[in-house]
Amino acid sequence: MEKIFNQRNVIIVLIIFALVFPIIYADNRYVMHVMTLGFIFTISVYGMNIIAGYTGQLSLAHAGFFAIGAYSLGIITTKTEINFWLALLLSVLITSAAGFVLGLFALRTKEHFFAIYTLIVGYLIYLMIDKWDELTGGVRGLIGIPIPDPIGPLTFETATSMYYLVLVFLLVSIFVAVRIVKSLTGRTYIAIRNSEELAQTLGINTRFNKLVSFVISVAFAGLAGALYASLTRFIGPEIAGTNMVFSFLMYLIVGGIGTLSGPLVGTMLFVWLEQFLKGYQEYQMLIFGPILILIVIFSPTGIVGGFYKLKDKLQNFRKIKKSRSAKPVTLNSDEK
Amino acid sequence: MDLFLQQIFNGLTLGSIYTLVAIGLTLVFGILHIPNFAHGSLYLIGGYVTLMVMKATGVHYFIAIIVSILVVALLGVLMERIVFHPLRNSPPIHDNIAAIGMVLFFEALVQLIWGTEYQRMLTPFGNNISIAGVAMTGQRILVIVVTVIVVVLLTLFLKKTMMGASILAMAQNREAAFLVGINANKVAMMTFAIAGALAAIAASIASPINLVFPAMGHLVILKAFVVVIIGGMGSIPGAIIAGLILGLTESMGATYISNDYKDIIAFLLLIIIMTVRPKGLFAKGVY
Repeated sequence: MEKIFNQRNVIIVLIIFALVFPIIYADNRYVMHVMTLGFIFTISVYGMNIIAGYTGQLSLAHAGFFAIGAYSLGIITTKTEINFWLALLLSVLITSAAGFVLGLFALRTKEHFFAIYTLIVGYLIYLMIDKWDELTGGVRGLIGIPIPDPIGPLTFETATSMYYLVLVFLLVSIFVAVRIVKSLTGRTYIAIRNSEELAQTLGINTRFNKLVSFVISVAFAGLAGALYASLTRFIGPEIAGTNMVFSFLMYLIVGGIGTLSGPLVGTMLFVWLEQFLKGYQEYQMLIFGPILILIVIFSPTGIVGGFYKLKDKLQNFRKIKKSRSAKPVTLNSDEK
Repeated sequence: MDLFLQQIFNGLTLGSIYTLVAIGLTLVFGILHIPNFAHGSLYLIGGYVTLMVMKATGVHYFIAIIVSILVVALLGVLMERIVFHPLRNSPPIHDNIAAIGMVLFFEALVQLIWGTEYQRMLTPFGNNISIAGVAMTGQRILVIVVTVIVVVLLTLFLKKTMMGASILAMAQNREAAFLVGINANKVAMMTFAIAGALAAIAASIASPINLVFPAMGHLVILKAFVVVIIGGMGSIPGAIIAGLILGLTESMGATYISNDYKDIIAFLLLIIIMTVRPKGLFAKGVY
């Protein structure tokens, strides 16, 4: 029984489900749109997970970079004739460059100061987008962002094709995130999270590593933002707002900060929850706010972390039971 | 010249409010090392309670403020007990997240109970006075007077009473404070109560000038953070000086540079300061 539910099989089933999903809901544009939106946010939250979950620096400018990605794509595609795919690449690069510059300064600050610094930078990005009328359209937003250009025979006019496009980006993003976390680099980040002083003592260049992980996380946000712009085809300054970054944070915390599947679980859960509770949009936070607090207090690694803890406990429990029934008196320590 | 004096006066009013909010924030940070993002929610609730008490019962402005002070101080204590106390041994990132959770909760709560529209708070101090060419309303004078009184009372409390001294002791050195038998729980609750009371006062005296609405805490809390970082986390004199500097800079900037960008000035100031001095100006050693 346990063999069927191992990690690899679950992943395969999930991917098959994601591939088959449009066939079930082919006619329902709304469902497809929400699902695609969820995937885009998931990419962004994976980025946040790298800097906040693994390197341990709570960056509250994440929505700002999401917006920089979205606006870069929007401005490039509406004001120039550049090919969409080149524009997408440029948007990610612009966002990363912005992240690099900010990271150089912001990462000199630590812990709370970093959170405050990035919160204010995020707010400044919002104000800039809101006030810089000629470039960003200000409060009116940016309208008429084109859909992705066709690649050979592949066109992206339908909701389904957009879904598959975003799905590909999501899978690649998750793959990259997993590879990073499981590599020596990922372990370096975790070392920095657990103790920056200790990591430094071990000869890790913490400033360089923090900067790289920050740029990676920002690149994820930029990619997600650019995809968001081409999906919704209309963007306003509110995507850089504090509410957006708080949403990302909520997805991450509830799903499981510092876990590999947390961003996916948290984001998809909340994107659908928000749809079901759409009628009560203003009051959603009455429930979500306290959930955030309860999770941080009682299960700091979110749903996914809580699940693994429970699984560990069950396994230990079974082991003890087994060893007891085999040898009722002695507890065999080798079995551990 | 008249315009200049007028802007100094406006800047002092603005600075007074920033100072009151920032003192609460800096006290909490000094004692518990938490940057309480939810401090803006205390400010928000403070404004609404005063307004609603006045509307519902018709009592005098000052009585409404006292009710508001009590309610928000209690709320501050609850915040410490229910949320920050269980998190006292967690990594700092958790405190920040929990505080954000509270921000989201309180804003939605205010919208649920009192609606989303902007509301005016009428006070008995709406009359206009003109001194030496500077036009002022009674309310703006009240803001400055109340701030001075509150700051003096707070300083006396901190310096002259046992409770106040224990708050200062814990801010200076936690371990040493525990060694001499200071009750950490009591001090933490007291600090949150004071911070809440200050936020309630600030909101109540600022609201007749700025209106009452669910997002009123956002900008104020961000600016209070600017003040606290300029003045040094945990320092009350720093918060007073930095609060006034920020108020004056903003009102001058709004007049002589651009009204649109007056909010940006404060934040750019902070970014520059933190870029040069990552722990803020006047930061004393390692926390």
